[in-house]
Amino acid sequence: MLEKHEFLLDRVDVCVIGAGHAGCEAALACARLGLETVIFTVSVDSIALMPCNPNVGGSSKGHLVREVDALGGEMGKNIDKTFIQSKMLNVSKGPAVHSLRAQADKADYSRAMRKVLESQKNLTIKQAEVTELLWEENKEGKVKKIIGVKTFTGAVYKCRVVILCTGTYLRARCLCGESITYTGPNGLQAANHLTDSLKALGIEMRRFKTGTPARMDKKSLDFSKMEEQFGDEKITPFSFSTDPESIQKEQVSCYLTYTNEKTHEIIRASLDRSPIYAGIIEGTGPRYCPSIEDKVVKFADKERHQVFIEPEGIHTDEMYVGGMSSSLPEDVQLAMYRTVPGLEHCKIVRNAYAIEYDCIDARQLYPTLEFKNISGLFAAGQFNGSSGYEEAAAQGLIAGINAAMLLKGKEPLILDRSEAYIGVLIDDLVTKDNFEPYRMMTSRAEYRLLLRQDNADLRLRKKGFEVGLITKLQFDDTLAKKYLINKEIERLKSVTVGASEKYQLFLEKFGSSPLKTGSNLAELMCRPELDYEKLGEIDPDREWLPESVTSQVEIEIKYEGYIERQLRQVEQFKKMEKKRIPENIDYDDVPSLRIEARQKLKNFRPISVGQASRISGVSPADISVLLVYLEHKAY
Amino acid sequence: MRTDTIAAIATALSNSGIGIVRVSGKEAVNIVNQIYRDKNGHKTMSAMESHTIHYGFIVDEKGETVDEVMVSFMKGPKSFTAEDTVEINCHGGVLLLNRILELVIKSGARLAEPGEFTKRAFLNGRIDLSEAEAVMDIIHAQNELALKSSVSQLKGAVSSKIKKLREKIIYEIAFIESALDDPEHISLEEYPNHLKEVLEILLYEVNILLSTADDGKILREGICTVIVGKPNAGKSSFLNLLLGENKAIVTDIAGTTRDVLEEHIRLKGMDLNLIDTAGIRSTEDTVEKIGVEKAREYAEKADLILYVADSSVPLDENDREIIKMIASKKCIVLLNKTDLESVVTEDIIFEAFCEVLENIQEENVKKDDEVQKEDRFRELKVLKVSAKESIGIEEFEKTLQDMFFKGEISFENEVYITNLRHKEALQDTKNALLMVEKSLEDNMPEDFYSIDLMSAYASLGSIIGEEVADDLVEEIFSKFCMGK
Repeated sequence: MLEKHEFLLDRVDVCVIGAGHAGCEAALACARLGLETVIFTVSVDSIALMPCNPNVGGSSKGHLVREVDALGGEMGKNIDKTFIQSKMLNVSKGPAVHSLRAQADKADYSRAMRKVLESQKNLTIKQAEVTELLWEENKEGKVKKIIGVKTFTGAVYKCRVVILCTGTYLRARCLCGESITYTGPNGLQAANHLTDSLKALGIEMRRFKTGTPARMDKKSLDFSKMEEQFGDEKITPFSFSTDPESIQKEQVSCYLTYTNEKTHEIIRASLDRSPIYAGIIEGTGPRYCPSIEDKVVKFADKERHQVFIEPEGIHTDEMYVGGMSSSLPEDVQLAMYRTVPGLEHCKIVRNAYAIEYDCIDARQLYPTLEFKNISGLFAAGQFNGSSGYEEAAAQGLIAGINAAMLLKGKEPLILDRSEAYIGVLIDDLVTKDNFEPYRMMTSRAEYRLLLRQDNADLRLRKKGFEVGLITKLQFDDTLAKKYLINKEIERLKSVTVGASEKYQLFLEKFGSSPLKTGSNLAELMCRPELDYEKLGEIDPDREWLPESVTSQVEIEIKYEGYIERQLRQVEQFKKMEKKRIPENIDYDDVPSLRIEARQKLKNFRPISVGQASRISGVSPADISVLLVYLEHKAY
Repeated sequence: MRTDTIAAIATALSNSGIGIVRVSGKEAVNIVNQIYRDKNGHKTMSAMESHTIHYGFIVDEKGETVDEVMVSFMKGPKSFTAEDTVEINCHGGVLLLNRILELVIKSGARLAEPGEFTKRAFLNGRIDLSEAEAVMDIIHAQNELALKSSVSQLKGAVSSKIKKLREKIIYEIAFIESALDDPEHISLEEYPNHLKEVLEILLYEVNILLSTADDGKILREGICTVIVGKPNAGKSSFLNLLLGENKAIVTDIAGTTRDVLEEHIRLKGMDLNLIDTAGIRSTEDTVEKIGVEKAREYAEKADLILYVADSSVPLDENDREIIKMIASKKCIVLLNKTDLESVVTEDIIFEAFCEVLENIQEENVKKDDEVQKEDRFRELKVLKVSAKESIGIEEFEKTLQDMFFKGEISFENEVYITNLRHKEALQDTKNALLMVEKSLEDNMPEDFYSIDLMSAYASLGSIIGEEVADDLVEEIFSKFCMGK
C-alpha cells in the first residue's frame, strides 16, 4: 500500500472538529471574535443535524437556549427561523420553571444553520475526518500544547487551538437487535481514528450509549385514535433579538397515544434479543431517557407509557415516535409498535437503534472547557459526556468563547452556579463523577429562582457584550429594559392605597381580603389572587410598558421574599467561588490535609475553594485547612 | 470566611466548679446583653468598658435566673480572636453550661464549628503564622471528634426515624421535580392537597423529635450498659431491681419500636443506659436466634457488660458461649440467686474466663498470655447478688463508681454539645417545613415547595451525618419513569 502523503494545507487560529450543535456554536463564536476558523465535518449535509428528537428546548433545556442567545449564540435564532410548533411548558407553575419548547423542521434547521456558517466571515467549512491531533511538549515539559490537526487524506492544518465536538461519532456503533453497524447516527460515517490520537495525548476515554426511536410514515398512522396536541396560541420566541410579532404563524400538531399490556408482553418476551439485556452493549446509557424496554423492566407496575408522535418536518411524512426508543431487533420493533393505538398499521421508515460512542470524563477539563494537561485543546458537547442538543450548544459556545479569550490573552468566561444553567451544567460536568450521559434538569440548579428563562438577557447579555458577541445596540436594549423594570417597581411601591370604598370594592371583586390599613400597589400585588394586569383598574397613572418589562416587574415583586433568600445564599456561595486556588499550589506542602483529600485535590486541581468543596471526598474540615493555608501563604 | 458571631463552651466539659461560655464576633455584646442582667437587674452589657469583668446573672426567656456569673468583655482586636469577645464565667457542670450556651444561641449567635475560634484567631492575625500547622491539626481533630460523636451518639431509634423522615421528604421533592422536568408525563394535579397531608405528618414527627431533644433524650447519653446471661439467669429481675431502686427512670421516645428493652437510669450520679437482651443459648428457633444475634451486636458496642450468671446451677455451654463473647470487654459478673445453694463460685468464674481466654489466644497469635491472664484476673469483678432478696445492690453501685472514677469506664462529654447541634438542625427543619406550609397556604406554585423541602432534607441530614449530594437526581430516576 502506498504511504499517505502528508502536506500542509493551511494555517489558521482555530480548528473545530465536528459540526453538530456544539461545533456550530464554537466555530461561530471564534469566527465572530475575529479568529480564522475551520470547522470539520464528516458530511457537510449533516451540519447541525438533529439525529434524535425533532425539538429544541423543553424543561431546563429551554433555559439553556435562552442563555446561549443572551451570550450571543445562534441556537435560539435558528430555531425561531425553523420551528413548526411552539409551546411554553409549565405555565401553571412558578416562573422559574416555565420553559419554552419548539418542534423543529429538522431539514430546515440544518439548512438554516449551514447558511449561517457559510455566510460567516473568517469561517471555513471542510468535509474531512480529522484523524490526528498534532502537539508538542511545552517548554516546561509538564503540559502539552496543541499545534495542529491532520485529516484522513494527509492534509495538515496548523493552528493554535482545537475544539473537540465529536458528538456520538467517535468509534460509533449502532445496534438494532442482533444487527450491528459501525456507523454514526443515521448511517453517517463514524470517526474511527481520532480516539487513538487522543489516547496518545494522555486523554482518558470512556464509552457511553444512547438511543433513538423509530420514524414512521405519517400515511400509515391513524391519528383519530390519538389525542391531538396543539402549540401555543401566542408564540414566544427563543431569541431576545427576535420580534415576537414576526414569528406568529400556523403550527402543526403533535399526537399522544399510549403503550399497553400487549406492548409490554411483546417486549418482555423478546428481552433476550435486546443488546443491552443480552450484555452486548458496554456503554452506559442515560436513565432519564430510557428505552421502552428499560421502562417496561424498571417500572413493571406501570400499565402504560405515553407515546408522542411528532412531525420531523413539514416537507416530509416521517413522524418521530417519542417515548419508544429501543434497541430491539426490527421484527420485535414492528410487532411492539403495532400494538399501540393508532400505530396498528404503521410502516417504519427508519428503525429505532441504540448507539455507542467514545467520550471523556469531563473532569479532565477546567471550567473553561480547556484540558488541564493540554494547552490549546478544548472540548464540548456529547464528547464531554453530556446529552442533548441544547447542552451541546451551551458548551460549544463557552468553549468557543474561551478559546478566543485564550488566544487574545483575555480573562476566560466562567459562569458559576448562581449565574446560569450553563454554569451548573459545566460545573457538574467538570467536577462531579457522571456515570451516564448528563442531561440538564431544573432540579440541578440550586438557585433556579434567579436563573429564569425570562431574565436570561438581564443576567447574561452584559457578559456577552464584554466578550464581544453581543452588539452595543443589543446591550443598550437590555439596559433600557432593566431601567424600566426598576422604575416601575419603585413606582408601584410608592403608589399608596387606603381603606376607602373604591379599593375595598376592587378587592372584593377578586375575592381578596379588605384593607385595614394603608398599603401600596406592590404589596397588593404580592397577594396570590392579584396580579399586575388586574391592578391596572386602580392604577390610573400607569404608562404602557412592554410585556417583557411588566412580567419582570410582577415576578420580582410577587416572589421578592424567595428571591431575596436565594440572593443571600448566593452571597455565601460566591465567597468560596471567589477564593481562587493558584495553579502552582503544591498540595504536599499543605499540612494536615487528609490523604484522600490531598490525592483528590492533586489530581483534580480545582480552580477555586468553591469548586474544591464540591469534589467528593473533600470534607469541610479539609476546606478549612485549605483556607487557612491559602491565607497563610497570602496568595 | 464567615464573619457572623459564634459561641461555644471554652472550658473542658467536666463536672468542674467553673466553666466559660465564649462568644466572639460583631454581635457578641448585643447577644449577651439580651440574657445578662447586672445585680440590679438591668441590661448593662452594652455600657461595659473593654477588658473589665462584672458580676451579674444570666436569665432565660421568661426572665428567670439561670445562674450567677461573672461576665468579661474584650473589645477587638485585643482579644483571642481579635473580634469583640464576651466570656461568661459561670458555675460548672455540663448541663448548666449547655443551658447558657443554648440561650446565647437563641439570642442570635451560631454554634462555633470545630476549631473555629482558633481559626478566626489565626486568620485575624492573632496567632503567629508559624502556628498554622497546629491550627490545622486542631481543626481536624475537633472535626473528627464532632463527627464521631454527632453520629455515634444518636440513639438508634432516633437515627432510623430521621432516616425515614428524610426518605419521605426526598420522595416528595423527587415527585415535584420529575413533574417539573417532564410535565407531559407526570401531573401535579391535586398534589398540594396530598402534600398538605404529608406535611402534617412530617411536622408532627419533627415536633416530637424536638421535644425529646429538649429533654436531652435523643442521644445515647451515659454508659452503654448491656445485660447478658442465659435464659432464666435473672437478668430481668436484676434490671427491675435497679429500676425499682431508682425513681429516675427515663422512658424512651413514645412510639419507637425496639428490638431490645432499653432503660435510662441514674445511679450515684452516673448515667447508665441499660439494655436488656434476650437470653443467650444455642437454639434452632429462628425468632430466638435473631434475638440472640441482636444481643451479640449490642454486647459488641457496649461500654460495660453486666453478665448475670445463675449460681444455683453449674456453668454450661451457654455460659461459655457468653464468656467467649464478652471476654474482651469491660464487665461485671453478677452471681445471682445466692439466696439458693451456690454451686458456682468466684473461682469457677475466673477459671471459666481463663479457659476461654486461652482458647481465644490459641486461635489467634500466641502472645505473652501470662500477663494477659493476670490483667484479666485483676480487672474481672465478680459480685454475689440476689435479685430476689435485693442483696448486693450497694456493692454493685460501689463497684460501678470505682470503675468510673478510675476511668475504667467513661462516656463522652461532647454529647451535650452534639445535642445542641441536633436541636439547631431540628429547629431549622421545622422552620423549613413551616415555610412549605405557608407556601401551600399562599397558593404558591409547586416549584416553590421543593426549595424549602430541600432545606428540611439537608438539615435532617446534618444530624445523621449525611450530605445531600446527588440524592435528588438518584431518587428521581429510581422512583419515576422519566423521559422520551
